[in-house]
Amino acid sequence: MTKRLSKADRSRPTRWVGRLLTLGPGGLYLTLFLAVPLAVIVTYSFMRRGTFGGVVYQPTLENYRRAVDPLFLRILWDSVRIGGLTTLLALLIGYPAAFAITKLPTRWRLPALVAIVLPFWSNFLIRTYAWIVLLNREGILSKALRAVGLTDEPVGFLYNRGSVVVGLLYAYLPLMILPLYAALDRIDPALDEASADLGAKPWRTFIRVTVPLSLPGMTAGSIFVFVPSIGNFVVPELLGGGQAVMVGNLIRDQFLRARDWPFGAVLSLSIVGLMMILLVVQAVQLKRTRAHA
Amino acid sequence: MPRFRRWLVFPLLGVYGFLYVPIVILAVLSFNESGLPTAWTGFSTKWYGALFSNDLILRGARTTLVVALGATVLATIIGTLLALGLERYSRSVLFDAFAIAPAVVPDIVLAIGLLAFYTMIQFTLGTVSVLFAHVTFNIAFVTAVVRTRLHNFDQQLEEASLDLGATELRTFFRVTLPLIAPGILAAALLSFTLSVDEFVIAFFTRGAGVETLPTVIYSMVRFGITPEINALAVVLLGLSFTVVVVSQRLIGLRRVVDNA
Repeated sequence: MTKRLSKADRSRPTRWVGRLLTLGPGGLYLTLFLAVPLAVIVTYSFMRRGTFGGVVYQPTLENYRRAVDPLFLRILWDSVRIGGLTTLLALLIGYPAAFAITKLPTRWRLPALVAIVLPFWSNFLIRTYAWIVLLNREGILSKALRAVGLTDEPVGFLYNRGSVVVGLLYAYLPLMILPLYAALDRIDPALDEASADLGAKPWRTFIRVTVPLSLPGMTAGSIFVFVPSIGNFVVPELLGGGQAVMVGNLIRDQFLRARDWPFGAVLSLSIVGLMMILLVVQAVQLKRTRAHA
Repeated sequence: MPRFRRWLVFPLLGVYGFLYVPIVILAVLSFNESGLPTAWTGFSTKWYGALFSNDLILRGARTTLVVALGATVLATIIGTLLALGLERYSRSVLFDAFAIAPAVVPDIVLAIGLLAFYTMIQFTLGTVSVLFAHVTFNIAFVTAVVRTRLHNFDQQLEEASLDLGATELRTFFRVTLPLIAPGILAAALLSFTLSVDEFVIAFFTRGAGVETLPTVIYSMVRFGITPEINALAVVLLGLSFTVVVVSQRLIGLRRVVDNA
């Protein structure tokens, strides 16, 4: 209320000066360094590649035609599967953890959440490197297995899809737990009690009340994990060797090795497209949840 | 309050184990004399010595420091102004979305967009191009942090100042700015940390021959086990954790969690 009043109170000319001074620099900066670059990507996606890299300004749909080539579609499908598996695992691991945090005594909840986020603040490359140390043929896990006599020879766990999924999971798990916690924390405890009073067993209350009400958190967390997973090229390269090529690797190669920028632009738009679809799903779901409430 | 169900402890402890065991192992290995993960040959700080005499790492660190400081200063100023504008002068949902967009767009998309844009306007790639690129996503985070701070303080204080005859500018410097200062500082710290750790955008926009700390780390870990990296991991972790603790003092744990 007070905000509205103070807005009305300010005189017209000062308002315009204020608007210009505050919104001007940011608006200009983001136009130049965000909107224009994205527009350039869209434009490039319709252009021809130059013979020696670069772009020739001749409109064409060729890049899009190449993008629906089975070879690329398979990589896209692989990325979606690896990203999807990562997201599913994050959900399965993250949900009980987030739920457990909401049931902690109040004063422990915030420290428990901070402990989830803290590793996220360390360098992403080093966190990925830690898994090389762990899963390598000469690594900790291999050594441990030999020590307990499960195997006689060094075993390598790296360079397959599994290690890529583990690396992505490790990188993005906190991004699943936070929105899940936020959603679970918002649920009115009275609903649990009501359900119990009406005779529902705890697990039934969990399935019929808690899970549906936490759906927005599940969607948000899934988007936060899935979108960066499929665009990631570091984990597939470091932990996947040459075994798992994902869209991110392909984009990197088009821009830095093959120097086919128009095709790289189309590939990156495919990630944006996937993200848009998920955001629309989320918006529809939010609307529905609100309609119920 | 609902009783804590005892079995719930196990999934939670499992997650903490998953998150922390790799980091702890790196930290322990950083003091291993042999530098190898398989054989403990005694306690040593020699890898820290090696780290601080590694020219590549030091040069990368210097570039990263320049980029992070520059990007933080610019993003903090622009982002704070933007937050003020969005909170006080705008009701446009579209502008809200625009201000948060750099944090939402996948980093690889922003990275190649900026690379293409720089190349198109023939902007020389190097430290400055990385710095400008980092300002872009930092603006989003600074704006978000400062906005919550602006949102949460009692705006009648500003009105009182205006009613008492202070000009809008004077009110800003004497009332608003001191009140949101902790938020601005926390935003600056966040922006600095994000910039120090950022890899993908720096990787694409740095140009030939310019290395930031993360791009140095990348080329090192690509060649397998490098003991100096363990020491570096501990140093960077210490830095990040300090920043988290300091921002917690400034704005409370709640915001540290929300901003990650």
